[in-house]
Amino acid sequence: MAGLSTRFAWLARLLMLACASLLGACNNSPYAEGAAANNILFNSFDERSPRYLDPTASYLNPETPYTFSAYEPLYGYHYLKRPYEIVPKAAEAVVKPAYIDKNGQRLPDDAPAEQIAESIYDIPLKKGVLYAPHPAFAKDEKGELLYHHLTRAQLGNKRSPLDFEKQGTRELVADDFVYAFKRHATTRIEAPIFAVFADYIVGLKDYGKLVKDEDAKLLAGLREDSPDKPFLDFRKWPLAGVVALDKYTLRMRIKGKYPQWKYWLTLTFASPVPWEADAFYAQPGMAENGLSMIRWPVGTGPLMLTEYQQDQKLVMKRNPNFHGETYPCDGNPGDKEAGLLDDCGKPLPFVDGFESIIIKERVPRKEMFKQGYLDVPELERPEWGVEFSSDADDSDDVKRLFDARGFKFPQTTDINNWYLGFNWFDPVVGKGDTPERQVKNRKLRQALSIAIDWEEGYQRIFRNRGGDAAHGPIPPGVFGSREGKPDGFNPVTHRLVDGRVERRPIEDAKRLLAEAGYPDGRDAKTGKPLVLNYDYQRTLTPELKSEVDWMVKQFAKLNIQLEIRATDFNQHQEKMLKGKEQIFWAGWLGDYPDAENFLFQLYGPNAKAVTQGENSANYSNPEYDKLYVKMQTLDDGPEKQKVMDEMLAIVREDAPWAWGYWAYVGLAFQSWVHNGKPSIVIRDQVKYYRIDPAVRVAKQAEWNKPTWWPIGLLGLGVLALVAVGWRSHSARQRATAKVRPAVAPAAGG
Amino acid sequence: MLNYLIRRVGYGVLILIGVNLFTFILFFTVNTPDDMARLNIGGKRVTQEQIEKWKTERGYDKPLYWNEKEQGSEKATNTVFWDRSVSLFALNFGRSDAQNAIDIGHEIKTRMGVSLQLAVPLFILQVIASVAFALLLVFFRHSRIDFWGVVLCVLMLSISSLFYIIVGQLTFSRLLHLVPMSGWAGGLDAAKFLLLPIGLCLLSRLGGEARLYRAMFLEEIGKDYVRTARAKGLSEAVVLFRHVLKNALIPIITSAGSYLPYVFLGSLVFESFFGIPGLGAFVIEAITGQDFAIVRSMVFLGAVLYIASNVVIDLAYTWADPRVRLT
Repeated sequence: MAGLSTRFAWLARLLMLACASLLGACNNSPYAEGAAANNILFNSFDERSPRYLDPTASYLNPETPYTFSAYEPLYGYHYLKRPYEIVPKAAEAVVKPAYIDKNGQRLPDDAPAEQIAESIYDIPLKKGVLYAPHPAFAKDEKGELLYHHLTRAQLGNKRSPLDFEKQGTRELVADDFVYAFKRHATTRIEAPIFAVFADYIVGLKDYGKLVKDEDAKLLAGLREDSPDKPFLDFRKWPLAGVVALDKYTLRMRIKGKYPQWKYWLTLTFASPVPWEADAFYAQPGMAENGLSMIRWPVGTGPLMLTEYQQDQKLVMKRNPNFHGETYPCDGNPGDKEAGLLDDCGKPLPFVDGFESIIIKERVPRKEMFKQGYLDVPELERPEWGVEFSSDADDSDDVKRLFDARGFKFPQTTDINNWYLGFNWFDPVVGKGDTPERQVKNRKLRQALSIAIDWEEGYQRIFRNRGGDAAHGPIPPGVFGSREGKPDGFNPVTHRLVDGRVERRPIEDAKRLLAEAGYPDGRDAKTGKPLVLNYDYQRTLTPELKSEVDWMVKQFAKLNIQLEIRATDFNQHQEKMLKGKEQIFWAGWLGDYPDAENFLFQLYGPNAKAVTQGENSANYSNPEYDKLYVKMQTLDDGPEKQKVMDEMLAIVREDAPWAWGYWAYVGLAFQSWVHNGKPSIVIRDQVKYYRIDPAVRVAKQAEWNKPTWWPIGLLGLGVLALVAVGWRSHSARQRATAKVRPAVAPAAGG
Repeated sequence: MLNYLIRRVGYGVLILIGVNLFTFILFFTVNTPDDMARLNIGGKRVTQEQIEKWKTERGYDKPLYWNEKEQGSEKATNTVFWDRSVSLFALNFGRSDAQNAIDIGHEIKTRMGVSLQLAVPLFILQVIASVAFALLLVFFRHSRIDFWGVVLCVLMLSISSLFYIIVGQLTFSRLLHLVPMSGWAGGLDAAKFLLLPIGLCLLSRLGGEARLYRAMFLEEIGKDYVRTARAKGLSEAVVLFRHVLKNALIPIITSAGSYLPYVFLGSLVFESFFGIPGLGAFVIEAITGQDFAIVRSMVFLGAVLYIASNVVIDLAYTWADPRVRLT
């Protein structure tokens, strides 16, 4: 008995000790003890880990914080200047192309586009640039690559490049870019931009066919879904359009004149790929162990990936071999006052790395930002600042809290939009099959474009997804845009009253509707009400439903019934590809800051239902198409402006889109994060962010002091319940078996 | 017993074939391989050529169930269904559709450990707490404690688990600053991430379970052997714990046993809201990403675990009640 009580006492002590240490460790920090004191930027990602970190395949926004930190493309954008200015990154300089005619003769810089057969870019590279440490470069004493002849057994259970004992590096050379551009013809992974590049790079289309044939030979006899595939060595086959003139000079030959080519060179598609990395990852067992460029980049960027926990955590640390870059010393007016030039000339990156943890739901993410545990909510999403600002506008208490904590929410508009599209193939809202019908349908679209009050919707009601009403398809801040300028309003939907631009009255829309053959929203011939279908790209959540309901009300102003046909994204895509939609909601996140990247969405040959292009409305106007082709080859200048104005006038009149709005880009930062400037184009922003860990530690402690008294109160409540129970139990124990009758029997009963 | 086990395993294989077929039909009724390819490749500049390449690499270029172009048995075997099913029965889960790099088997092994850290303590605590609470109510039956206890049970089971999560996160993380709102860490550090989800999950299930067990105990307590035990002069506590509890074990085993697969498969909602990288979160991600390879693997694994847990429950019956014979 004594032994038993001793054992229980020991167990009780152990339990108490465990509870005490658990309670002692209790705080709401999701990080390890002392992590806040490190010079690491904390942020989060949602849904799942980035899909592709391979520069050939990566094309989605959530991947960019990692890819643009690990890789360094040829060019990039000046961090502070707007409109965006291209600056060299891996390249030594941003070069102008040399033009040659079909006979190979050099042409002057202002030669007409139709005479230009090729544009030649000779790009000098920075010297002495080294790759981040990686086992693919490790060499033995004899100078042989150490890990390029591994067997499955030697690889064992290694699941990270850091699991290899030795790491190596080598200098970046022009051949790495040659290899990278050839690699877009790969048959091994998705190469989303191959079709675009093949249209411009001399010989790339044929190179794609060659690689396909050669790879088929390599894979002969191998199962198609086999993870282990032999090394597809692109060095074996030359590509006429991309060659290395010498160790540090890259030559690219582009078909015709294509001024937008420089923008493609700012994306990670134009990052170097060392052949050693491909050869290393092609070894047996690598894919099975998750070792590939898809997960583990090999680049020359400022940071390198050191931890990849699927759907849990990604950590990037400073690349010890980074060649060095300094913070810019010039920017836009107001940048100096905003403190954005305080770090002028200092070496980048400021942070030693960043850590991203998964947070799937919005509420916990916002709360963790407010608690100070996220320096920025998400690196890749540019809307958090807009949402927090909207929260502050809705509540004085929230605003006071945000002000007291010093949160920063810089906001601007950028090259992304949302709009309502009309399917050009639709008999009611589309082009129309007869000249008379075409006029009527155009008037209907114009009436609808007036009726949808984007200013009310996305500047006053849905501020968390807010933006400025658009007057056309060309985003503000790019060359040729008229958005926001006094003469930049759309005369179809807006008018000038006392010097102010305002939306046309609903009476104008009703008049146009009557002229379109639907007086008061009814068909003039049949008297039937006009019913239109809104093909929405997602199933409706409560949040989305309010927006869709608002849209229904906009149509109801004209007595037009808007039927919602909400489907999931796949079904919507299928509908779009078949051209079966009527009115749809869509958006575009620009690839680069040039009007061409938006105007191409209205170019006839890009019709989605015909060529699977990005012209979702299937809009087609021969005059517009002709001007588009001309505009494509023009350099920024008066001539391009003139052509763009003509194109703008055509599409405003045709109204294939209700132009929607330019969504705000708003970032959210803690007070200890410096140098944040919103942009959706600049994706290597992490290296510019500077944090003050000492302030972070102090603020986190101040904002998150544990409160224990409610737990004590809860304990007392439990004790009280036990006491009541004990009392009740004792009363029962004392009770006798005899039950006293509740009512005395009636006399004489 | 052996005959019984062999028969159950045989039934199990048939059930697995059915489940696999059903999953396949359901998934491909909603999605086509083209949809999967489009979603996985990305939203912009997707060409049909890329889609075809994606499908070929993963074997989705074949017909789903029947290949008219082939001869003989290859009509059935050279199909997506056959390719995908045979490997499953060999417990070879292969690679995910969404990302070439993911080895599903490895992910399941890694994530199952995380799910178990949440589910094992939860399972044990849930059985103990529900039984204890139900016994307490029965002990104080027909008293105010019993009445308010039942009211509390009804209240607890009426509230959605999402409500528990939101209120719990706001109270314990935002207001009291005692536990993290979301996140995960390995080893002993996991404890502070598990406290809140375990507590809330326990609370969300307690009402329903305790009410069920209370009803079972009340049914038992009116039986002759209980009266006999009392007549022997045993205290009420001894009657309840030694006699009633033992005789009510079969329904408790049935109810608790039905949770066994979740112990391994994780909790979809709680893992998702608390950022716990277990198997529940894995399934949610696969469904949203239309990753059929993961979905079918997890459904298959779930079916295996269900069949196994039912066999374990049947075996447990023989332990709880010697009158039960498995033939």
